[in-house]
Amino acid sequence: MKLHGVGILGVGSALPANIVTNSDLEKTMDTSDEWIRTRTGICERRIAEAGVNTSDLAVEAAQLAMADAGVEVEEIDLIIVATVTPDVNMPSTACYVQAKLGAVNATAFDINAACTGFIYAMSVGSQFIKTGAYRHVLIIGAEVLSRVVDWSDRSTAILFGDGAGAALLGRAAEGEGILNCKLGSDGNLAHLLYIPAGGVKIPACKETVEERQHFIKMSGNEIFKFAVRAMGEVAAEALKEIGLDKEDMDFLIPHQANHRIIEAARKRFGLPEDRVIVNINRYGNMSAASIPVALDEAIRSGRVKRGDLLVLVGFGAGLTWGAAVVRL
Amino acid sequence: MDVFAKVKALIVDQLSADEAKVAMEVSFEELDADSLDIVELVMAIEEEFNLEISDEEVENIKTVGDVVRYIENHA
Ligand SMILES: CC(C)(COP(=O)(O)OP(=O)(O)OC[C@H]1O[C@@H](n2cnc3c(N)ncnc32)[C@H](O)[C@@H]1OP(=O)(O)O)[C@@H](O)C(=O)NCCC(=O)NCCS
Repeated sequence: MKLHGVGILGVGSALPANIVTNSDLEKTMDTSDEWIRTRTGICERRIAEAGVNTSDLAVEAAQLAMADAGVEVEEIDLIIVATVTPDVNMPSTACYVQAKLGAVNATAFDINAACTGFIYAMSVGSQFIKTGAYRHVLIIGAEVLSRVVDWSDRSTAILFGDGAGAALLGRAAEGEGILNCKLGSDGNLAHLLYIPAGGVKIPACKETVEERQHFIKMSGNEIFKFAVRAMGEVAAEALKEIGLDKEDMDFLIPHQANHRIIEAARKRFGLPEDRVIVNINRYGNMSAASIPVALDEAIRSGRVKRGDLLVLVGFGAGLTWGAAVVRL
Repeated sequence: MDVFAKVKALIVDQLSADEAKVAMEVSFEELDADSLDIVELVMAIEEEFNLEISDEEVENIKTVGDVVRYIENHA
């Protein structure tokens, strides 16, 4: 069987207009701009207005990615939405996105790999193009995390934001596009970052609401250590598997969870600061949306150019981690 | 190299601390380290001495001496 190369034909992102700064948060919780900046690098985040759902942000990002690629909506064969904040538990957010886009020829499903979701979606979406089963695959990382964070828990509430980023995958020439994806999971560490209730294990009831069991629970420092170690390791492995190393890479686009994590991983990896894309200061952690939004901005601003070698790297709840090596 | 010397080298490297200031009784607060600096230092120590320090144990680490004693008791 002949395998096709897979490339990123277009990108797009969508961010709610509503900006919430650290000083805004000072008014509603016991925190300070200084603490948030020094511990996380975050200055502000976007929060979706009531009535705007994950699928709405996903649709906006997807339309921009399609326009960027010059691909019509009828040409979309598959839509994959990576999210931990679906519009509803059933059906998938991808099905709502399909309907809103009018992507009548597309199959649609979600992926739940938390902050690594976009890398997982890229890997899964690529397989269909590689084999020739599909021509055009929309992969979207979209989140409205502001509705699953506990606004009474200052150690998590300050970290997250809402947004969406999309990429349109299609065929590419050999040696171009997505050259390698490396994924990993360790379910033994699921308890470090999770939402306890709302699934079948602990269905929603009056008590679960009162006990705030429907919000994100996180062991921050354990996650910090895992993230710093995982990021460099999986990025290096993804490069090594195809005979490349960090010297070949033009830019690292890491998941934006905490600037301190990015910095610690960067130093371990031995990279200069100007080769790492950072936008966490403006958006906080948008889980599956962080990497595609950073990619879209880096391309749009001209910082990242066609022909550059990029490594996208993520880590998150699961635990999950993954990296993608892309010749843009 | 003894444990203190190794720990001192890690602290100087991780916290960009002044070598002359790093002594057993000195606290991390006095070295201007915040909680995430300590997490990063703990990571470096775990790797150097091949051990694991849990979050609860990290809470009890306040001074350079606490780290040295922890390693001596666990390595
Ligand atoms: C969350 C995180 C910033 C916490 O950092 P930390 O400084 O080690 O936080 P700790 O929980 O140890 O708290 C340290 C102190 O700051 C306080 N604090 C926590 N959040 C605060 C806030 N928003 N404002 C002010 N003070 C805060 C704590 O109460 C604690 O005070 P105490 O020592 O008096 O009890 C850090 O662990 C982190 O970023 N982890 C990774 C999380 C992540 O990226 N998750 C998503 C992965 S996809």
